[in-house]
Amino acid sequence: MNKSSPSFLRILGRIALVVAIIIVYAFGLQVTKVDLEKPQEAKRQEQLTNILRGLAHPDLISYEIDRLTVDAPIIVPCTGTPPPIPPAEAGQPTISLSSYCAQPGEKITVTGTGFGPGEDVFIFFVPFAPTVKDEVELKLASNTVTTNSDGTFSEEVTLKSDRLSENVQKIRAVVNRRVGAPQPSEALKQTWEKIIETVFLAFIATTFGVILAVPISFLAARNLMLQVTSNFTRFMASLVIMPIGGYLGYLIVVKLAAVGAQLVGAGPPPGETALWALPLVGLAVAQAASSSNTFWKTIQRWVLAIIIAAVAVVLLSALGQLGRQTGLTLKQTLGAWSFFGNFLLIFSDAIVLGLPALGAFVGLFSLNPPMNRILEPLLPKLPRLTKRILAFVLAALAGAILFGLIAATLNWFYEFGELSQVIVWPAIIGAVLLAVLALVIDPDREIPTGMFVYYVLRTIMNTFRSIEPLVMVVAFAVWVGIGPFAGVMALGLHTIVALGKLYSEQVENISTGPIEAITATGANRLQTIIYAVIPQIVPPYIAFTLYRWDINVRMSTIIGFGGGGGIGFLLSQNINLLKYRQASVNMIAIAIVVASLDYLSAKVREKIT
Amino acid sequence: MLEIKHLTKIYDNTVLALDDVSFTVPQGQFLAVVGLSGSGKSTLLRCINRLIEPTSGQVILDGIDVTAAQPDELRRIRRRIGMIFQHFNLVLRSPVITNVLAGRLGYTNPMWSLINRFSKEDIAMALKQLDRVGIKDKAYVRADELSGGQQQRVGIARALMQEPSIMLADEPVASLDPVLAHSIMQYLEQLRDEGITVICSLHFLDLVQRYADRVVALKDGNLVFDGSPQEIDDERFKEIYGEEAQRIG
Ligand SMILES: Nc1ncnc2c1ncn2[C@@H]1O[C@H](COP(=O)(O)OP(=O)(O)OP(=O)(O)O)[C@@H](O)[C@H]1O
Ligand SMILES: [Mg+2]
Repeated sequence: MNKSSPSFLRILGRIALVVAIIIVYAFGLQVTKVDLEKPQEAKRQEQLTNILRGLAHPDLISYEIDRLTVDAPIIVPCTGTPPPIPPAEAGQPTISLSSYCAQPGEKITVTGTGFGPGEDVFIFFVPFAPTVKDEVELKLASNTVTTNSDGTFSEEVTLKSDRLSENVQKIRAVVNRRVGAPQPSEALKQTWEKIIETVFLAFIATTFGVILAVPISFLAARNLMLQVTSNFTRFMASLVIMPIGGYLGYLIVVKLAAVGAQLVGAGPPPGETALWALPLVGLAVAQAASSSNTFWKTIQRWVLAIIIAAVAVVLLSALGQLGRQTGLTLKQTLGAWSFFGNFLLIFSDAIVLGLPALGAFVGLFSLNPPMNRILEPLLPKLPRLTKRILAFVLAALAGAILFGLIAATLNWFYEFGELSQVIVWPAIIGAVLLAVLALVIDPDREIPTGMFVYYVLRTIMNTFRSIEPLVMVVAFAVWVGIGPFAGVMALGLHTIVALGKLYSEQVENISTGPIEAITATGANRLQTIIYAVIPQIVPPYIAFTLYRWDINVRMSTIIGFGGGGGIGFLLSQNINLLKYRQASVNMIAIAIVVASLDYLSAKVREKIT
Repeated sequence: MLEIKHLTKIYDNTVLALDDVSFTVPQGQFLAVVGLSGSGKSTLLRCINRLIEPTSGQVILDGIDVTAAQPDELRRIRRRIGMIFQHFNLVLRSPVITNVLAGRLGYTNPMWSLINRFSKEDIAMALKQLDRVGIKDKAYVRADELSGGQQQRVGIARALMQEPSIMLADEPVASLDPVLAHSIMQYLEQLRDEGITVICSLHFLDLVQRYADRVVALKDGNLVFDGSPQEIDDERFKEIYGEEAQRIG
């Protein structure tokens, strides 16, 4: 008994397992509504036939049609007086009826002569109508009649049981004759247009994706970011000064851009522009003070550099505005070449919109180096207590700014209330938190700032990477409207995060020897990246870019299903409208494009490796 | 003059790789660093130019505290300290000349590096250094097409571009056959003759005895010997390498 019970339990366990498996599958089949009867229903089978036949007959070519009609008079119902029968012209197709008057619903035989051999003839009944324009054609035979080799046919048809009239009505035979050379069909033309759109959609998305993924990949590479550390006090100072710098940069560039816009007569006058030159000169002095060369020479250099930068911003802004205006005009006047005007418009818009962002970005980082050069030599000389107080004050400020900014962002999303009130408490809490941190942490402690950036970027990338572009595009289509632009944005965003991750893994895989060697020569971090990192990562970057290009071509063919434009949009429309022959053309085009671009990138890959 | 004072390195708060090491190297000396694998030779060399941050202690080069230098100053110090490596550490996909020019980066404005530009003088100097190590004809060949011995010469040329006053060499010949090893060691010897301090970690005592003016030995991160190569007799040898060790070469 004792011996048999474990094996009994085992059998019981197995049975339970089998039952569990059956339950899982039973439930799975139920929720997925698998139903083997449905595909066999006559209606479903007919639909399947329609689809398959439609797909098998892609609507590729069309002809111009010459419609040949031949009429014979008939009176329904019979009134005694037969209608006048027009004489047959020699060589012309004619039809004759077995009887020129008939009762409704009666069968009569229609005989035709003088047609071409093997032509398809439709037979209609044309009820009496006062003018030719009011005539309607009612099909008498469900299928077409095919003429014999001598150009004759004979078909028994059943008259309609309504449509009675005392007037003469008509039996009509119609032949659609193709004339002229075969031409690409409307569907083919549309497909061509959309395929071009599709390929460029993939191209633009890949380009933007790659351009942005490259810098991101460095910031998301563990081995590079691990080395980026900052002394606690300096880090707090950076936290304080970076938002200020970013905001100042933004303000300055907006003002300068307004000057530029006004130069070319666009936009309102900028107001007290001269005042905005002051922070620029201040920055120049700060930069100069931080350099080691002779003070005045450096000042000259920096003032010159900053004046050049300011003039460049003004000019860029003016050019951008000018380009916008010209672009708009060209777009409307160039006709077939209007895409050139459009290009100018987009390019100029990018400049006009990008300038303030660029200003903010440069501002974010440009106050940091001079500050560091002041703090770096200063900090070690400060007495311990002063250092602690400095760290404490900076940390409190940094906490207030950081938490205030976060609160402002959240307030934008959730609309808690008036901004100036909403941020007060978070700012205080932030100040207290970081101030306390400053009390417990040694002000000289190295903080792994790089790893912060690393984790933030990795989190963002992993989140966005898990959302399919086909889903993203729905959101973008709501924002910028259904069309290829939404597709570019969705595919581009997904490309950035996907490539950002793949690229950064390549950076993590590089051999450290050269980095060590280049660092030892006294190269700074930027130089180390250029000389030790980039040569190692260019080949894998190219390989992954091609790989992504393949994916983007595939994705761009279906992104239209989510509202992203391209051939997918056309295909989904055709399927919804049951135009399977047109859909078939779209599918063939997709297959050709995907296959040939695959082949092409395989060739390129062979070349470069 | 290079002064090492109480240098200590603890990795990850656990591994004591250097334990209060102090010694002084006069300018123009050929100093060999010996010791078992894992004794801390590489750590010591890398602490000198702060490729590895020492945990405590000081490195003082001609009166300047290397360990306290802030980034900008560290950059200026590093360019005076050349370094060559066991595995050469070349950028294999770049041409030889680019590898050599990289030795000049400490003197180059980083903005120029963005567009990959070196001055005419730097390029001429690179060719001169390549000529000196006898592979001028390989200047425009990709570095991975060179043999090991040739790669180490590129490494030397790169370090010479820094116009160093000290040359650190971490087992520079451990991956080379004995004949090549001697030719590389002779280049280092020449540098010493030109007044450059050479600090070189070595595995083979015959190389030590032939090239070094002075030896320091490490054992588990401690300095266990400091003297002339001739002083290493069998007893000393056993102290450095352990009781069971056999002398080869
Ligand atoms: N990055 C690191 N992290 C943790 N421990 C390390 C690291 N690098 C070296 N160590 C440890 O420090 C000690 C000294 O290593 P080091 O590389 O300096 O020795 P070495 O004398 O150069 O040895 P070898 O002759 O094998 O090159 C060893 O115990 C090693 O395991
Ligand atoms: Mg070693």
